Amino acid sequence: MMIKFILNGQAVTSAAKANERLLDVLRDEFRLTGVKCGCKEGECGACSVILDGRLVNTCMVAMGSIEGSTVMTIEGYRETERFAVLDKAYAAVSAVQCGFCIPGMMLASECILANNPNPTEAQIRTGISGNLCRCTGYNAIVEAIAIAAKEGRGLW
Amino acid sequence: MEKISKSAKKKDHDAKISGRALYVDDHVMEGMLHGRLLRSAKAKARIADILVPELPEGYFVVGKSDVTGINQVHIVLDDTPVYAEELVEYVGDPILMVVGPDFKEVERILHEIVVVYEELVPVLDMRKADTVFFNYNYAKGNIDQALEEADRVFIETFQTGYQEQAYLETQGIIAYPHNGRMTVRGSLQCPYYVHGAVAKALGYAGKDVQIIQDVTGGGFGGKEAYPSILAAQTAVAAKKANKPVKVIFDRREDMEFTSKRHPSISTYKVAVKNGEITGMDIDVMFNSGAYTTLSPVVLQRGLICANGVYRIDNLRVAGRAVKTNTVPCGAYRGFGAPQTFFAVEMIMDHIAKELGMDSLELKEKYMVKQGDATSTSGKYHFHVPLPEMIERIDELTAYRAKRKLYQNQTGRYRRGIGLSMFFHGCGFTGSGERDLIKAVAKIRKNADDTVEVLASNSDIGQGLKTTFCKIVADTLGISYDQVYIDNPDTDRVPDSGPTVASRSLMTVGGLLQRAAVKLKKEWKTGEEQVIEEHYVEPDFVIPFSLAEFKGDAYPTYSWSVNAIEVEVDTLTATTKVIGAWGIFDVGVPIDMNIIQGQMQGGFLQGIGYASMEQMDYNDKGMIRNNSFSDYIIPTAVDVPTLVTEIMNNPYTHGPYGAKGAGELPLVGAAPAYVEAMENALGANLNKIPFTTEDTMRILQEVNK
Repeated sequence: MMIKFILNGQAVTSAAKANERLLDVLRDEFRLTGVKCGCKEGECGACSVILDGRLVNTCMVAMGSIEGSTVMTIEGYRETERFAVLDKAYAAVSAVQCGFCIPGMMLASECILANNPNPTEAQIRTGISGNLCRCTGYNAIVEAIAIAAKEGRGLW
Repeated sequence: MEKISKSAKKKDHDAKISGRALYVDDHVMEGMLHGRLLRSAKAKARIADILVPELPEGYFVVGKSDVTGINQVHIVLDDTPVYAEELVEYVGDPILMVVGPDFKEVERILHEIVVVYEELVPVLDMRKADTVFFNYNYAKGNIDQALEEADRVFIETFQTGYQEQAYLETQGIIAYPHNGRMTVRGSLQCPYYVHGAVAKALGYAGKDVQIIQDVTGGGFGGKEAYPSILAAQTAVAAKKANKPVKVIFDRREDMEFTSKRHPSISTYKVAVKNGEITGMDIDVMFNSGAYTTLSPVVLQRGLICANGVYRIDNLRVAGRAVKTNTVPCGAYRGFGAPQTFFAVEMIMDHIAKELGMDSLELKEKYMVKQGDATSTSGKYHFHVPLPEMIERIDELTAYRAKRKLYQNQTGRYRRGIGLSMFFHGCGFTGSGERDLIKAVAKIRKNADDTVEVLASNSDIGQGLKTTFCKIVADTLGISYDQVYIDNPDTDRVPDSGPTVASRSLMTVGGLLQRAAVKLKKEWKTGEEQVIEEHYVEPDFVIPFSLAEFKGDAYPTYSWSVNAIEVEVDTLTATTKVIGAWGIFDVGVPIDMNIIQGQMQGGFLQGIGYASMEQMDYNDKGMIRNNSFSDYIIPTAVDVPTLVTEIMNNPYTHGPYGAKGAGELPLVGAAPAYVEAMENALGANLNKIPFTTEDTMRILQEVNK
């Protein structure tokens, strides 16, 4: 049984078993190494992708559940105009340190703004609270998302 | 703000933001095998036998007999075996590695191997340890007389727990043999430490070993010495299999078995006469775990900080790092200092209460200033900005007013505010920089007039690629884009020392600045030029003697004052951090965003250490908190108001006036937090982490 889904805008099929993790399939079969593995227990958010418009931890998603779904990883997101706005905002405040949480954090940022183009600081913080970052203390990331919301007005 | 401090776009930004940066686990090599370690299930045992099932073709079991060099990992004392000999000393001590093409098959084989143990009685409690790995003592003045003549002697014991670095990227290494050489790449802070360890384990000459740092997902000290162990094990496996071998830890393996911050027990005896502190007699114990790793140096730093930022003329400090049959501890941001700073700040607070003063008032009386002697009879050579910092903190937080306001509260929600003051000694402790490291750094100008920085210090997120390039570009007067740096590769870069001790920017950045000054004078457009600089100890330093524990342990110090305000819900015992404020002097920031990022990240780690990051082992010596589900680190909602300010206090001997920065922000968060909890709860507290359960316990005691 092949599993069919949309990955970064392309129709793909995977021969993976239904009980395999989406995380492993994205990394090993599709070589999308922007999807990071930080814990494999759904706690850290490093493996976040956008699945049918929602931020999910791919370590917690079984391949059997994604037939027909749409998956966007950082590799797809980085081609978008919204990414460019967030990229610039993150750069302006040097919000990237070790970088391991960043692909997931960028996709979390996208989900925050997609749901609410004018989030408050508290809403931004809640929106990234499932994505652990050990380096930054979060301030710069929160600021970057707020900057992107302002600079990218109309995009979200 | 100085011109150099204006932030530049980070050199590694584009690769990381786009997901293109390749970390060690993102590399796949032709014919690569996967490895996983078989670890001791016992805290102390003799290995009587190991029963290995028949292995499928292409699978190997690697152990001590495969070590072609010496079965010791080169760290400081080299007592850590690459693979266990007949004794295992902690739960997790590596015995074997299984390697093969399919990871699931490797795991299956691992589970079928039977180790027959003859169990021995382990030592788990550091207070019952019978082996003292390291023992240092120093004194000045006459503490015995001070204690004898005192009106009152305050005696109190303080405890601090483990802290796990919890870098988001777990430890990982790839080793591959080629043409009689061994190349090792991975997530690491110190390429030349790994280089020495791999050469020793394989029995190779240094020239036959190459170490490459991959993009590293955080270190915080956890990738200072530990990668030497994993690299030695993986290189031995790759040599046996004659194929590339990759080992990536999962989170549980990483949390349970890699080095963490040393738990400590410190007892302070403080002599007070006529309301004045006349002496301190301090005993410090660190739990090293089963092997020595970096414990001697961690202990040294902890002891040097034992009297905090206070002028104590009659001082005696004794410290031991003891052996237990638990996971070996090692480097973690702050490196021994957070433990003793917690203790000294708390005892000052408790003495102040007894003397009817606020703790800040007492602390201000004894604060050191420029020209004063350090604990080890060195000298604070430069301006000590603590008074300005205290004033600024008070402006930001109304600390003095709130501290009084929050006394004797009743009602469900109770607030508290606490303050700490502390330093971090910049660079290696003692004479290490001069006698052991002897850093060498280079810059190379290419024919196209671009300039490459060649140093072994790694960017692990702290922004070193950016700050190194900024120093060189600005000194040369060329554009920042003309200067570049790659991840260190020991085939290409000189040994400029490890990426530790808040030294990289101050010490190696200083060498790069000197090299750039020289290159500027000798600049020949269109030609290749290489400039090399060697470390020279600044001439003002009073040489440190480890035997006497005397002299300047550090050339200079970074300073900070923190204040933290909390609100305790006395019904649920939960605590909310209302705000955390820190004023930091790290000399001139080479990049303001980077320094702010360091201060904020370190400060939040410190608050985690103080409040929620709890790790312990059970009665079998097994770590109980081995995942992010039960070792809790701060999220974005835990401390929404985290305010950091930089106080400009240029260091005349650092590049552009910069000094050490990376570790400072973690060091003083814990005492500020616990003082705030005391202020809210109206009780004396003496341990970290101080968790919700501890709050519950105190509330129940008060209500009895």
